[in-house]
Parts: sequence; C-alpha cells; structure tokens
Amino acid sequence: MSVATEMKRREFLKAGAALGGGLLISLYVPEFVPAARAADSAAKPVALNAFVRIGTDESVTVISNHSEMGQGIYTSLPMLLNEELEADWARVRVESSPVDAVYNHTVFGLMMTGGSTTTNSEYDRFRKMGAMARIMLIAAAAQSWNVDSQTCRAEKGFVIHTATGRRASYGSLAEAASRIAPPKDIPLKDPKDFTLVGKPVHRLDTPSKTNGTAQFGLDVYIPGMLTAVVARAPVFGGKVVSFNADQAKAIPGVVNVVQVPSGVAVIAKGFWPAKLGREKLEITWDDGPGAALSTVEMRANFSTLSKTPGLVARKVGDPAAALAGAAKTITAEYEVPYLAHCMMEPLNTVVDLHEDRCEIWTGTQFQTGDRAAAAKVAGLKPEQVTLHTTLLGGGFGRRANPSCDFVTEATEVAKAAKVPVKVVWTREDDIRGGWYRPMWYDHFAAGLDASGNPVAWTHTIVGQSIMAGTMFESYGIKNGIDSASVEGAADILYGIPNLQVDLHTPKNEVPVQWWRSVGHSHTGFSVEAFLDEVAHAGGKDPYELRRTLLAGQPRMLAVLDLAAQKANWGSALPAGRARGIATHFSFDSYVAQVAEISVEKDGTVRVHRVVAAVDCGRTVNPDTVKAQLEGGIIFGLTAALKTEITLDKGRVQQRNFNDYPMVRMFESPTIEVFIVPSTEHPTGVGEPGVPPVAPAVANAIFAATGKRVRRLPIKPEDLRSA
Amino acid sequence: MISFTVNGKPVTVEDPPSTPLLWVIRDSLNLTGTKYGCGMALCGACTVHIDGQAVRSCVAPVSRAEGKKVTTIEGISPDLTHPLQQAWIEIDVPQCGYCQSGQIMSAAVLLAENSTPSDEDIDEAMSGNICRCGTYPRIRRAIHRAAEISKQRGAK
Ligand code: FES
Ligand code: FES
Repeated sequence: MSVATEMKRREFLKAGAALGGGLLISLYVPEFVPAARAADSAAKPVALNAFVRIGTDESVTVISNHSEMGQGIYTSLPMLLNEELEADWARVRVESSPVDAVYNHTVFGLMMTGGSTTTNSEYDRFRKMGAMARIMLIAAAAQSWNVDSQTCRAEKGFVIHTATGRRASYGSLAEAASRIAPPKDIPLKDPKDFTLVGKPVHRLDTPSKTNGTAQFGLDVYIPGMLTAVVARAPVFGGKVVSFNADQAKAIPGVVNVVQVPSGVAVIAKGFWPAKLGREKLEITWDDGPGAALSTVEMRANFSTLSKTPGLVARKVGDPAAALAGAAKTITAEYEVPYLAHCMMEPLNTVVDLHEDRCEIWTGTQFQTGDRAAAAKVAGLKPEQVTLHTTLLGGGFGRRANPSCDFVTEATEVAKAAKVPVKVVWTREDDIRGGWYRPMWYDHFAAGLDASGNPVAWTHTIVGQSIMAGTMFESYGIKNGIDSASVEGAADILYGIPNLQVDLHTPKNEVPVQWWRSVGHSHTGFSVEAFLDEVAHAGGKDPYELRRTLLAGQPRMLAVLDLAAQKANWGSALPAGRARGIATHFSFDSYVAQVAEISVEKDGTVRVHRVVAAVDCGRTVNPDTVKAQLEGGIIFGLTAALKTEITLDKGRVQQRNFNDYPMVRMFESPTIEVFIVPSTEHPTGVGEPGVPPVAPAVANAIFAATGKRVRRLPIKPEDLRSA
Repeated sequence: MISFTVNGKPVTVEDPPSTPLLWVIRDSLNLTGTKYGCGMALCGACTVHIDGQAVRSCVAPVSRAEGKKVTTIEGISPDLTHPLQQAWIEIDVPQCGYCQSGQIMSAAVLLAENSTPSDEDIDEAMSGNICRCGTYPRIRRAIHRAAEISKQRGAK
C-alpha cells in the first residue's frame, strides 16, 4: 500500500538523516523493557534498548516492529541491527514487538507494515539501535577492566581489549551494559565495511517453516477458547433483519449463536461444527442499495466516464494542442477487475476479553489501528489491550485494513459470546468478503510526430478511491485526487513533452483496499501496454522507444538495458514464441521485465520465462530481493491470466480456488532476477515486482499473435486461433 | 471413537466420523503444522499422508484414517534432517511459509515414488499445491536438490 504520498516519501528519504541525526535516544531507553517471552526462561534477558535484548546465555533477540508476511523482514531487520551490534549471527533470534509508540513506523507514525517501506524506513534506525547496544557493551567492559573504551573493540559477541587480548562475552556484560548511559552520538559504519548487510543470508524463519512449528494466527490455541465463523451479508452494506438459529444450535459442538454488527456468529468447539452450524442458519437480510450492483453495468458506466474529462492530477505542456497537431493519433481503453488478496492463510483473530483487559493474537499489518479498534469495541483504553503479532500467512495489504474489520469483528464476537474466541474466515469468506483491489478503467490518447515519437499523452483513469473515508484520507488525498489512484500514471518517467493525467472517482458499496502494489497494479499494465501500442504505431521497437524516452532517467535506463540484455532482446526465438517488455517505477524502485510466451491454439497463454532487473538501492539481503521479485511476478501473473471478482445483483460470483484460480506449478515460468548494484538508500522490494509482468506478457502476446490485450485477466477465448 | 496413529503415536478421537481429518488434527490433536487453505481439495495446504499416500485432509473424513498411519509435517523428521527440509533450508524456499507444510508433504510422496523426478514429474505432482507467495521456482529447485541429497546419502 502506498499510504505516504510521494512527497512524504521524498522528504523522508532526504531526511534519511532524520533518523540518523535526530534519533531521540530517550525514546528508546531508558528502561524500555519489552516483556520477555516465557520461552526465554532461565537465561535472563536484558534489554539494551527497545529493539534488542541480550541474554545471559548469549542469546540475542531482535525485536521486530514490522510484521513478517513472507517478505523476509524477520531476517533483514536483525541483519541491519547486527551489522552494528557485532554479535554472533548464529545466536540472533527475532521476536515481534508489542504495540507501543516507540515502535511506530518512522514515516507513518503508526505501528504498521506496508507500502514496501520497511527496509527503507528502518535502514538507519535498526543500525543505530545495534550500534547503541554495542557502544554500551564496550563501555561496560572497559569500565570493569578500568581501561579506555577507545582501546576496546567488539567482535562476534565479545568485547576485546585490543592491547591485552582480554575478552568478555556480550552475555556476561549485558546487565552492566544496561546500566550505562546511552551514548548521545552514534556513528555508523561506512557501508563499504559491511560484513552482513548486502550478503546473501539464510532466513531465520526458514527452519520453522519446514517442520510445522511456525506459528500463524490460525495456530493460536488458548485455554477455554472456542471457534467462531460469521455469516456476513451476501451483499456489501447489507444488514441482518432477523435470524433463526434453532437448527444451527442443534449441531453437536455448537455452543452459541450471537448477532454482531457484521452478521451472525456461530460459536463452537472447533472450526468444523462452527462451519456446519453456519450452514444451518436462517437469516433474513436487508440488502440495501448494494443489491443493484452488477459488473456489466459498472463496466459500461466506467467506460463512459473514462471518455469525459476528470480532475487533473498532472499536466505538462499543452496536450490538447499537441494531439491536434500530431501526425498520427491513437486511442485505447484498458480495464482491470476487482481482485481479492487471497492470502494463503485466511483471516483469523483470537480475542480473550476481560472486564479490564483484552488480549489479542492475530497476523496483522496494522497494529496501532487494530488495537485502538479493539479497545473501542471493548470499552477499554488501547493500553489495556495487548496485541500479539503472529506470523502472517501472507498479507498483500489485506491485513492492513483501514477500518480494522477483522479485529473489530472478532472483538465484537468475543464481547457478545463472553468466551475467548478465535474467529476464522473460510476461503469463501475471504473471496467474497470485499476489500478488493479496485476495478479500473483507463482511457488513453497519444499523438505521434512524423518520425513516430510520442509528443502527446493523455490518460483518464476511472476507479474508486482507497483512502477516501479512511483515517488515511488527509495523508493520501489532495484536491480530490487519491494519490493511490494515479500512482504509476501521473509520475511516469518517460519524457513525453505534453502530458495529462486526470481522474474520476466513482463511489459504490464495494469496499476497496490496497492490494500488493496498489494503484501500480493497474497503471503498470495500462501505461506499459499502451506505450507498446504507441511504439508499434510509430514503427519503433518497443525496447528502443523506451530507451529514447528514458534518456533522462539513468537508473531506469540501466534496469531496462540489463533486462533486455539478459533476455537477449531481439534475438531469434523458436517458432511460436515471442517476447514482451515493460518497465515500472514504484515504491521508489526501478524494475524492468521481459516475458517470453507462446499462445496455444485454444488461446491458452504459456509464460515460459521472465527476466527481471531491479534497482532498489542498496540491498540488505540480496536473496530476499530475488525472492520478492519472483513472488511478485507470480502474483502479477495470476492477475494477468486468471482472476477477476465480478458481481451480479450485488453478489460476488466467485467463491474458492475453483473459480478464482491461482497460477500453479505447471504454469510457473522460469524466473531470472538481476539486481543493479547501487549505493543509494534502499527502496521498496515487496511490491515493485508485480506491475511490469502483466504488460510484459500482454506485449509479448501482441508480438506473437498481433492481438492486443487491453483487459485483464487475459481470456483464452480472445486469443484462440481460428 | 476412531483410532489411528499420528506420527507413530496411537490416538483415539471422539469427533463425529464425518469430521474432516484436518480439523481433527488441528482442533482435537493440536498439531497445527497442517494448514487450512480452501476446504475443497483445491490448494493442498492440508496435505498429510495416510499410509504413505498424499491426502487432502480437508475433505477426508476422519473415519478414513481408522486403523491407519497418518503422518503430518511434524512427523517427517524429528530434527529437520529430511532431505526436503534440508533442501528447503538451503534454498530458502518459504516466504510466508503457510503453504509449505503441504508443499513438503506432497513432495515427500513424489520423491518416495520417484527418486529422480523430472520437471514434468514435478509439475504433475505439485500442481495441486498453491503458493500465493509464488515460491514455485524455488520449490522446483529444492525438489531436485532433495533428490540429490537423498542420492548422496544412499551412496554413503
Ligand atoms: S485446505 Fe485442503 S486442499 Fe485446500
Ligand atoms: S510461502 Fe506463502 S503461500 Fe507459499
């Protein structure tokens, strides 16, 4: 998700120093001691600051304020911290932080994970925290040896007095170190001296993810806990009028049925009886205006709107005049559907509610919001709510819900049922539950000069606002323009002298949300596919045209060239195969991809190979960067080839992986990822791999078949050969 | 009452016989490594072995396990030494990790039946397991690598 406006981001990046220079030590110490987990047991853990504890048994626990949802942050953040701490990496463990202002996101001011921002926002803070602890450990050793700190150094979990070779382990020094006044000045290593950051490091969480011990929210069981599933309105915005639970209650194992604002919850001894009970509920719903929604109609309306002028998000030069004077003009309309996130682990939340306190376990990306929402429902202060962040079985934005829907609902259920409860969403609940990537329409016009170069570009976007009406509105919406609606379109890097991007923001009952790469998930496709049309209309090679238009963008030009070179752009391919190319700038990272495809007689698209190049600034764990690009490409391919959420009479027409299918092993291409070395501040990695793959595939389809794909998902019936 | 063994230990459960094995394993036996992803045999997250065969436990009634040997992810090795676990760790396959128990359980049956699977064999055996994080290329590499590890061990 892209909560910060581009501006905020830039301010932040520039201020990189903000953290470096202006770090408020007092925030992190003194004595901010996060509660140790029981499992730490015998060894006494000593907190040297809010982000690291050192045990008398030499264990080193890094406290992560960001959620691990697959992006590898439970390894990258400890790497950053330990780069300065100089503990023995083999002893480093990670734990999720409690909710506290000290753990707030350095840009968003809330505890949350999203927007591909973790590494770039924590790059300085985690190193500072490691350095702070190291300085204190060295000072403690020097004090006990009665020598000058300057004559001691740290190495692999020991402080060493250089002259005498005397050594003391971190574990033995931890307590004394915790009594040392934190240093005011915390110098950091020159990156050229990094020994951990920038090297491929095995993920700390891999072993637990290969033997079943990794604990996700769904795996939390507490004494006396029951399981609930909720029957939610079949139409967005619908309400319960009345219900009969007699048959549900007759199911063995069903304990209670309660009404909550979002629907009717069946509470049982375990998931299965709860689900069987829900099937037996008889509910009368008031559907409300949402019952009129149909995708067919919405598409027609969006299409009409896209041909009328909207609010101007960006204007350069005089596009109208340039279009009128162009040697050749082309127009096109693009569209993408609503999409569900479909994290592999469906949503779930455990709530243990008492009169004066509440404890919650959930895999969330939005701790501050969720805790406040639960407190509100429970009639408690946020400080009375303890929220434990478990591992997330995928997030993709869904677990950072601006209305805190899943935690709010679970707290409502616990409150009504008066028992500790785990609310579990089924896959059907997930797919039908809304909070989708918005459906989008794009209308383009381009004017080409006599030599085939684009001199005018207009782009009208139609789609719902993600941030309107949420707590992020003031952040993300300026002059009626939601930055997430026009990102990747208003800020394209291509040098086109006359350009306009405008926006229509229709409203309806379908709840929408950030979905991995947010607005870029649609602009990446439409902009890059239309640019391919422009290239062909002007008789240019799509790669060469991009090179020309990126003349002033050396970083993007470098990734474009690297991807093209690694993919052997322009070289001959076996019969039936073709390549397509696309670039996209998102989350401050530069990505280019080349897809190699073939189209079968029945119209099925086979993606054989995707070559990606990325410049995301300095990398912390290069193998994680590659993994995120690989994952982003598969995620984007599913959107390109497979999925759409459609509505009829307000009802979602898909329900499970049978009609909302994912890319599977046999459809997974060979993926090669190349990283452009950089010494710039790190930028996003979790999302930027997604946007370029759909256009790279669509452009390759044009190269292979002459058929232009302007709508996702790509439908085989449109590509069938006669 | 239905009796079977799980990871070598005999168990007896009181769940109704039609209850899916998945929920018996998770909610009654508290073995949480086996995951729920779809409940319709479409994603493979719930894959376990019954007498050595890969089974989608979300649609298999617990009655099907009566008198049989059930193996879950927790039972494939006590110490991360199964060749698949070794290969998974070496290649850092998991991202969120949620699908990985099922992936490994499906791969284990593949390797038991075919010690040197080709890419096509992997496509065939593994296409019932969804990974939303997109770890397929690494799963493929790791299965080949596990086959190699098994072979090296066998040669010793
Ligand atoms: S949960 Fe059993 S196959 Fe998906
Ligand atoms: S690793 Fe996340 S679903 Fe496979």
